[in-house]
Amino acid sequence: MAEQKQDARVPTVVADDLHIVYRVNGAKTGKGSATAALSRIIKRGEERGVRKVHAVRGVSFVAYRGEAIGLIGSNGSGKSTLLRAIAGLLPAEQGKVYTDGQPSLLGVNAALMNDLTGERNVILGGLAMGMSREEIKERYQDIVDFSGINEKGDFITLPMRTYSSGMAARLRFSIAAAKDHDVLMIDEALATGDRKFQKRSEDRIRELRKEAGTVFLVSHNNKSIRDTCNRVLWLERGELRMDGPTDEVLKEYEKFTGK
Amino acid sequence: MSETTHDATVAVSAPAAPDEGLTAKELAAKHGLTVSGARPSLIEYVRQLWDRRHFILAFSRAKLTAQYSQAKLGQLWQVATPLLNAAVYFFIFGLLLEADRGMEREVYIPFLVTGVFVFTFTQSSVMAGVRAISGNLGLVRALHFPRASLPVSFALQQLQQLMFSMIVLFAITVGFGHYPDLSWLLIVPVLVLQFFFNTGLALIMARAGARTPDLAQLMPFVMRTWMYASGVMFSIPIFLADKPAWIANVLQWNPAAIYMDLMRFALIDDYSSKFLPDHVWAAAGAWAVLFALGGFVYFWKAEERYGRG
Repeated sequence: MAEQKQDARVPTVVADDLHIVYRVNGAKTGKGSATAALSRIIKRGEERGVRKVHAVRGVSFVAYRGEAIGLIGSNGSGKSTLLRAIAGLLPAEQGKVYTDGQPSLLGVNAALMNDLTGERNVILGGLAMGMSREEIKERYQDIVDFSGINEKGDFITLPMRTYSSGMAARLRFSIAAAKDHDVLMIDEALATGDRKFQKRSEDRIRELRKEAGTVFLVSHNNKSIRDTCNRVLWLERGELRMDGPTDEVLKEYEKFTGK
Repeated sequence: MSETTHDATVAVSAPAAPDEGLTAKELAAKHGLTVSGARPSLIEYVRQLWDRRHFILAFSRAKLTAQYSQAKLGQLWQVATPLLNAAVYFFIFGLLLEADRGMEREVYIPFLVTGVFVFTFTQSSVMAGVRAISGNLGLVRALHFPRASLPVSFALQQLQQLMFSMIVLFAITVGFGHYPDLSWLLIVPVLVLQFFFNTGLALIMARAGARTPDLAQLMPFVMRTWMYASGVMFSIPIFLADKPAWIANVLQWNPAAIYMDLMRFALIDDYSSKFLPDHVWAAAGAWAVLFALGGFVYFWKAEERYGRG
């Protein structure tokens, strides 16, 4: 335990005054007519046709090895955006994120194709996450078994579009959780599938946590935050409102949300 | 479990004597942390891309398969689509407009079909390239991989698509009495060079399209202009015989026309080297190298910015 305390002071993620701005085309205020759009293009200047959404405003924190950090806040407070920025997937407008190794987001949905069989999606998803063909072959059976897709017949050889939404979510989670990570980020992934599967996925996340250096978890479920995290960052309107041990922050947060 | 949690909580609140007073940058440097999402060096980037070669191939094949997976005839459309395409062009340009200008039918039909298929290869690579990043933002924002994987993968998908078209093309060519001979071997270098050219172009378009998604609306018009100017359905030297020579020269030297002409030269017996501009192989190679290298470097320069909303 004493050793672990020493380890805990090794920083794995340093966020320094981080700002993230989304630029949205075609959602500007004022006149939305074609002529207005044309005049904006001709005038050029400070990107006039674009509306900016300042999603994260000046967040700074240091995360250490061995921590499990929960991100809480109301909808649209910038939790997922912050997660993506830490993972280096969203370029920062201002400020920097320093990380130890490559943080990875637990999520592979975007690489999968509904028109392909579950079988091919397991391979495609694995490759997209950077696994080698051998690794995938090795873990293929585990992934399929874990997802439980084949419990009701040979569904893995059918296209994913024929799956129920629960089945698809289970397969996606199983693929995503098949890889080990240094810095792991989970975005409300716990809430998929039926109760039996939820139990299984929580166990798997706990396993991943043990292997990973640092874990970030975004969730609206205070119970799962309390169960898994020892530190909580509370975001509100893109700003860091509170940062501290789980119990303290959750108490304030529950007071704030009026629970 | 709970014990560990409790212990680590204590560790968090304990003061960090040695690291205190350091700025974020110094702290990061001290523990060897690197900036998240920074652009790797060009050599490192090539290495990363090579590591992802299985993903690139699997992704392109998945896209190809997914394309027709809902159709009843399924993968048969891979061959049927180019065949129908060729039939339409033959009907319009061969029968209605008589763009053959005195070329015999046995030459003109393979000439036309070759042109259509070879140009479509470049055209669809460009169109896929424009949307490679802007149409896959979900993927870019969810997973780490060198972003060049996407345009390269799409160009590769078009190459595989072309392989199906080639089956149709071979059948038509043989059907009009041009039997396989040694010159057919030239198909391989032509396709390789064109693929490199297309990939480079797709990379350029991917960066441009990521910044300005409007290009996806504009490009069909650009591509159609390019198609009509490249002599897909007519022979440039014959058609422009009464115009100043430089116009035909410029048109013939454009990369699309060069790859088309080389393919025709390889496949069609009567399409001899007199239809080709001078130094045609050098030009084909130069376009390929120029665009592949230039496109790759151009794409890499903005690597850390892809995925910004």
